[in-house]
This record gives sequence, structure tokens and C-alpha cells, in this order.
Amino acid sequence: MMILLAIALPFLIAALIPIFYRHVRQIHLGWLILVVPVSLFIFFTRFIRPIASGDVFIYTYHWIPSFNINIITYLDGLSLIFTLLITGIGSLVTLYSIFYLSEKESLHHFYCYLLLFMGAMLGVVLSDNLMVLYTFWELTSVSSFLLIAFWHHRKASRAGARKAMVITVTGGIAMLAGFLMLAQMAGSFSIREIIAMDISSETLFIPAMLCVLLGAFTKSAQFPFHIWLPDAMEAPTPVSAYLHSATMVKAGIYLVARLSPVFGGVYLWFWLVTGVGLLTLLWGSFNAVRQTDLKALLAYSTVSQLGLIMSLFGVGSVAYHLGYATENIIYTQATFAALFHLVNHSTFKGALFMVVGIVDHEVGTRDVRRLGGLMALMPVTFTIAMIGSLSMAGLPPFNGFLSKEMFFTSMLTIAQADVFSLQTVGVFLPIIAWIASVFTFIYSVILVYKTFLGKFKPERLDKRPHEAPIGMLISPLLLVVFIIGIFIFPNALGQAILKPAMASLYPDAPLTQIVPHIAAWHGLQPELLMTIGVVVIGLILFKLLPKWRRVYGIFTRERSFNALYNNTISFAERSSLRITNRYMTGDITQYFVYIYVFFVAVIAGYFLWSGAFTYDMSKDSKIEYYEWILIFVMIFAAVYILFAKRRMTAVLLNGVLGYCIAFFFVTFRAPDLALTQLVVESITTVLFLVCFRYLPDMRAERKSRSKRNFHVALSLFTGATVTMIGLAVLNYDRFPPVSAYFNDALALAGGANIVNTILGDFRAFDTMLEVVVLFIAGLGVYTLTKLKPKKEAPTHED
Amino acid sequence: MKINDVILRTVTKAVVFIILTLGVYLFFAGHHAPGGGFIGGLVLASGIVLLYLAYDIETVHRGVPFNFKKVAAVGVLLATGTGIGSIFFDVPFLTQTGKYITLPILGKTSFSTVTLFEAGVALTVVGTVVTIILSISEEEEG
Repeated sequence: MMILLAIALPFLIAALIPIFYRHVRQIHLGWLILVVPVSLFIFFTRFIRPIASGDVFIYTYHWIPSFNINIITYLDGLSLIFTLLITGIGSLVTLYSIFYLSEKESLHHFYCYLLLFMGAMLGVVLSDNLMVLYTFWELTSVSSFLLIAFWHHRKASRAGARKAMVITVTGGIAMLAGFLMLAQMAGSFSIREIIAMDISSETLFIPAMLCVLLGAFTKSAQFPFHIWLPDAMEAPTPVSAYLHSATMVKAGIYLVARLSPVFGGVYLWFWLVTGVGLLTLLWGSFNAVRQTDLKALLAYSTVSQLGLIMSLFGVGSVAYHLGYATENIIYTQATFAALFHLVNHSTFKGALFMVVGIVDHEVGTRDVRRLGGLMALMPVTFTIAMIGSLSMAGLPPFNGFLSKEMFFTSMLTIAQADVFSLQTVGVFLPIIAWIASVFTFIYSVILVYKTFLGKFKPERLDKRPHEAPIGMLISPLLLVVFIIGIFIFPNALGQAILKPAMASLYPDAPLTQIVPHIAAWHGLQPELLMTIGVVVIGLILFKLLPKWRRVYGIFTRERSFNALYNNTISFAERSSLRITNRYMTGDITQYFVYIYVFFVAVIAGYFLWSGAFTYDMSKDSKIEYYEWILIFVMIFAAVYILFAKRRMTAVLLNGVLGYCIAFFFVTFRAPDLALTQLVVESITTVLFLVCFRYLPDMRAERKSRSKRNFHVALSLFTGATVTMIGLAVLNYDRFPPVSAYFNDALALAGGANIVNTILGDFRAFDTMLEVVVLFIAGLGVYTLTKLKPKKEAPTHED
Repeated sequence: MKINDVILRTVTKAVVFIILTLGVYLFFAGHHAPGGGFIGGLVLASGIVLLYLAYDIETVHRGVPFNFKKVAAVGVLLATGTGIGSIFFDVPFLTQTGKYITLPILGKTSFSTVTLFEAGVALTVVGTVVTIILSISEEEEG
């Protein structure tokens, strides 16, 4: 229950912000918001101890029991890592944003979206029900969209937001399909129940896996879907640090980890996750080197690090196949390394993003060609950047070194495995990993060297650079403390947080054996040699960078995945515009044709095809003389409308028809209907009269003969269909009539007027929605007539 | 050309009250006799529309100073609110309940949540119809 409230809290506060933000003028809104992530962080830290001792926390709230969709919060070791990251990094980022965003920005929007994201992300990692998880998953995409487009007056922001949205939501829909297949196979939406079942022999197993992976890969920016992440850097830097490096992009990794027990141990899963992960690692790090914008560099670096974590989860999944015998237990180490690197990456990448934000904020640019020599001016920032970069490059004495070593170990181990045809190609895995690490080293050096060392170029800067205010430095400094602290006491983290996560990933394995002891010094092992090789080759390549930079010329703009994306989008836009223009002609007659063709085809088609059309007039009562009179009046009015020369005449004749129908209702003893018809008719007539002002004079329309004939035929068919329904309805016997249901209206609904009990009680849901529709229609008319679009919006770039 | 609408105005003065009273009556009669929220709302709306036809918008607005957009919004909130309200009593969405209470003058009278629901319907109808007609016709002045 408490956990459910913890998920709800950010949403609640997000809903309150628009109401109360006006009253917060004296202090920055962020200070109030900061309370939320901090208190949530403290709340979740209290679970560390019980979860480390093996507890899990489950709470079920029956949300839509009829569809078996319950909100089940499930907090175990794996979820705990993510909740701590979400709330912990969230607190730091909120603190940082207070100094990053001035009070002139629309802060209430910013924090509203940020809290929305926080709640959604907590929802993703704490839901046990696949449908609930999916809902929160898409909500993170939406809030990410809003946050990327926070500076929506900039064209690049809007384009980046749309790109992120299109790609992640496309993957999300595929994932939904995958979830539905999973639920179909297992007969349950609960992840725990699906894991407990063995579904690997089902036919839908592979399609479900592919769909789920598509969702995970798009969200976690895996190759070739990584293209949205660099563009998402248009967001304010706190957002980039939070969503696009520490939390949201790790949702895909979370999903892969969470569903590893289901899919792991399968050939395809191993190769897809490991292969795509390694490819992403290589491609991301290779591309990061060419970037000149610091944030783009970090974006590609994030892409590559995510690939690294992903590939480790792939390697770890081998353990599901081989079992947990003593000689095979070694493969679980990869999963451990993945979890470890997940935490480490959040610390150093968060710190680096904040550093870049500081540079951007205080110097006015993020372009490495204009930066340089800032070390003397910004010593604290420089120190943070140095530590973060070295950790990212995998050097001691920082936490990145430990997880990087474990990554090499895992790759070296898996290269020697003899499953999944690794005997032949396995040797490439450590090679790819090593090459990617060289590039990682190069861009880490670029980040520090080009920004802080080298020559100071004040003539290229708009501002006079100076050290950031202390408030902005607190968050990255805290992260730096973690970077070093984890290096010194890695096993504290390992035992308290990573171990329970391992337990939830490998429920059947002996827990003491799958949690390795993390040590900085293993002796002169191949891993260490690989690291030394990375440093040496990396430094040489960095020095020679201008010489081999030309390699990037091969990957021109036209041949990139971005070009593919842009072409797809513009093609889709153009073709849908063409299709829409073809049928949306703006001609009302045309629209009536669509409606009536459909009506005749479906209704008349159904009656004729199914043979339901029967009628029997023998039991009908006699038609009285006054009814004949009414009928003749109606026929006269109806025919005369066709020849009316003026709109007024047509409307009045239409009114005659309406009132006659009301009369019929009276003679048939349906006072409710008669009353309604009378009033509706009057109001409609008034409405018509008001609208006339806007209409041109009625003219005889010039139409071709064939078109005219078609319209006449369609009208006759429509009339015939309505008549047919009227005749057939009394003898219709395909479904049991519902009228018996209303016989007990007085007893069931306490009302003698069954029309009203139907409206207000039996079918109240319909009535309610009709009321809402009516209201929306009214609003639509109001906005269409009253609110004119502003002539120009100069604050927006096209 | 100014239309001489003395007759219309005189008739309206008398008729509007009859229409409005009828609307209110229909609204309350709805449970057992013909009437109800929808019809009641429509009749009330038609009365107000008649006022607008006979007089100009400013005059009527002085007499009936409601923002009809808000009236419609309140109606929608009432209708959906009674639906959601039933959730808090652990019964399905939109469950209605009622009770007969004997009042001093009115005698045996029924009180039920469906009345609130119907009130929501009526208010929405009044608000929306008047809003639509006003927003289309007000353009003429501008």
C-alpha cells in the first residue's frame, strides 16, 4: 500500500502544481518539488535492509478485476536498484535544476512534467502486471516528449521531441503486442506468474520475444534505433542527465533484465541481446569521437554504454541455458557486472552531464571547437569532469574501472563457452569489446582535454567564463563521492543492493555463489592487460586524431539512419496528406454520400444477406383518419422541400415534418418522445436561422447527369432502407428483445417512468457519455467561432 | 430596418415564465411521469433562447447573468461526479441509490442520487445549447 502511494505521490504533486504555483513567488519552485524525490529516496532506502535479507514486497490493488488487470506493486532487488536510481538521481537533478533554470522559465511546466516522469518511471519498475507496466512505459515516453520540447520555441527541440516520441512509441506498441502474446501463452498478465511457467515451447514464444525486444531496444536507444537519443539532447541539461542517461533509457534494460528468466537461455535471445548490445557499444563509441557538441558526445557515449550493459545481460542469459553447476556459474557474473555498471554509469554519466550543463551555463557554448583551457577558471568543475571521464574510460581508482574489468572478464569467459555456436565466432566478442573501449577512452579524453586543457580561446566566447555557483556543484560533487566511494567499498554495494537483484534474476541459483567478490586487483590478468592496451592505443589514436578523422567522411549525412528516418517521416506525411485530400474535399454533399453509401451497404446489406427482413402487417392496428391527414401533410412537406427556392422555406418545411412526427408520438401515446421532439425541433430551427448569416444564397448546383442520377438513386435507397427497418423491426427475432429487462423498472430502479430509468439508471453510462459528447461539441462550436488563431507567433521558429 | 417586435416581447414576457416553470416541473416529474433531465434541460434552454430572440443579448445577460459555458461544465462534472461517487461506496461505477423520506408538507418524497445525475444532464443541455446559439449569433454584432 505504501509503495502504491509512493508511485502516486509524484502524480499527485504534479496535479497540484498548476493550481498552486502562482502562490510560490518568493522562492524557486524547485525547492518545494525537491521534497518529493528526497522523501521518496529516503522511503525506498528503508527497504534496502529487508530486501537484502531476502524479502519481497507485494501489494495488490484490484483495478479492473473483470479484465484481470490489477495494479500489483512488486518490490524486489531488481526493482529496488531502479527505484533508488530514479529517486536518488531525481533528487540531485532537481537540486541542480534549481540553479540551472532561472525563474523566468515556465518552471511549473518543467516540474510538472518531471514529476510525471518520476511517477511513471517508478510505475514501470514496480509493476508486476504487464498492462500496467505498459501504461507507465508509454507515460514515460510522453513525459520525455514534453521535457525534450520544453524550449518549444526552438525548432530543433520540437523535432527532437517528435523523433524520440515516434521511435519509442513505435517500439512501445510492438512491445504491447509482445505482452499480449505473453499473456496469451501464460494465461496471466503477471510477470511473476509468467516467469514461473515454462512457455518456451509455444509457437508464439519467438514472436513475443522479438516484439518485446523491439520495445526494449527502442527505449534504450540500441542500434539502429539510437538516433533519437542525440536529438533528445535539445532538452534542458537536467533532463538529459536524468531521463536520457540515468533512468528512462534504462527502462529497456530493466525490461530485458526482468524478462530474462522468461526468454533467457534461448539461442536467439542471447545473440540478439548480446549482438545488438555490442554493436551499439561499438557504433556509439565510434560516433562519439566525431562529435563537436559536448552533449552530443555524451549522448553517443550513453548509447554505447547502454549497449555495453545490454550485451552483458545477453551474456548472463547463457546461465539459464547451462544451469548453475559449479563450472557454469561463472556466466552469471556477466549479469552481476551489468547491474554494477548500471549503477556506475548513472553516477559518472550523471556527473558528466551536469558538468557539461555547467560549462554551457557559465561559458555559453558546448562546442569543443570554441572551448579550451577552462581548468584554471573552473577548477572544481574540471575536477569533477576529470573524475567522471576517467571513470567512464575505465581507469582506477574509480568505479568505472571495476565494472569495465568485469565486463572484459565476462567477454573473455563467454568467448570460451561452447554453446550457441560460440566456438566459432565467440572470439570476436572480446575483440569488439576492446575496440569499443579504445574509442570510449578517446572520447573521454576529448571531453576533458578539449574543454579544460589546451588553449583558452576567450575571443570565441560570448561570456566571461567563471566557476559555477556552489548550488550547481553540490549534485555532481555528491555523484563524484559515489564514484570514488564505490571504488573503495564495492562490496558494500554488491552485498546490499546487487545481491538481492541477482537473487530476483536467478531465483533457482545458489545465491552465495552468483555474487562475486569485487576486487580492484586481480593480479596481472588479461583484463588488466586489455585496460593497459586501451590506454596506450587510445592515447596514440587521440594524438593522431586529425590524421584518421577522415574515416568519418564515409558515413555521410545521406547514408545515415537519420536520413532514413527523415525520409520515412516525410514520405508518410506526404502520402497521408494525399490520401486525406482525396476524400476530404470540403464538399458536404460528398460527405453525405460517404455516410449514406455506408449506411445502405451495411444496414440494407445485412437485412438482405441474413434474411432477417420479414414483415407482417396483419396484426397492425387500423390507420385512423387523422393519421392519414398527418401522413399527407408530411408527404407534401417532404416533397416540397426539394423544390424550395429559399433556405428559409426549406427550414420551415423541415420544421413541419418534425412537428408532424411529434404529433404521431402523441397519437401513439409516447409523451416523452413527443415533448422531446417538439423542443428539439424548435431549438434546431432557431439554430438553423442563426447559421444562415454565414451561408451564401442557395443556388441550383451544376452537376453532371451521371452524378445527379447517382445522388437520386442513393437517396431512394436510403429512404427504402429506413422504411425497411421500420417494417422489419417488429418481427425481428435475431436477438432476444431487451424490453423484458425494463419490466421491473420500478423495483430495480425505483422509477415508474421507464424512459427515465433507462436514461438515468439502466443505461446511465451511455447517458453520461452523451452528456460529455454534447459538452465537447458545444466547446467545439465555441472555439471554432470565437477563438481566432493569432495572426503570427513570432516566438516560434518554423 | 428595425422590426417592430412589441407583440413578440409582450408574449415572451408571459410565456417565458410558463416555459421555465414547465421545464422545472418536467425535471422533477421525470422519475414517475413524463419528463426528466434531458427534456427539462431542453425546455429551459428553449425558454432562454426565446428570451434572446425577443430581446438583445445584453438585456438578457443582465437578467440572467450566468456564464453558460460554466453551467455546462458544472453539469458534466455533476453527471460524471455522481458516477465516480458510487466508487467510494464500493459499488460499481454509476450505481444509483434512493430513499423515500416523509416530509412535513410534501408528504412521501423520494430522494435519490439519480436526481443529481439528471441535474447534471439538464445543466449540460442548458449550458451547451445556449452556448452554441450564443456563440454563433454573437458574431453578428462583431
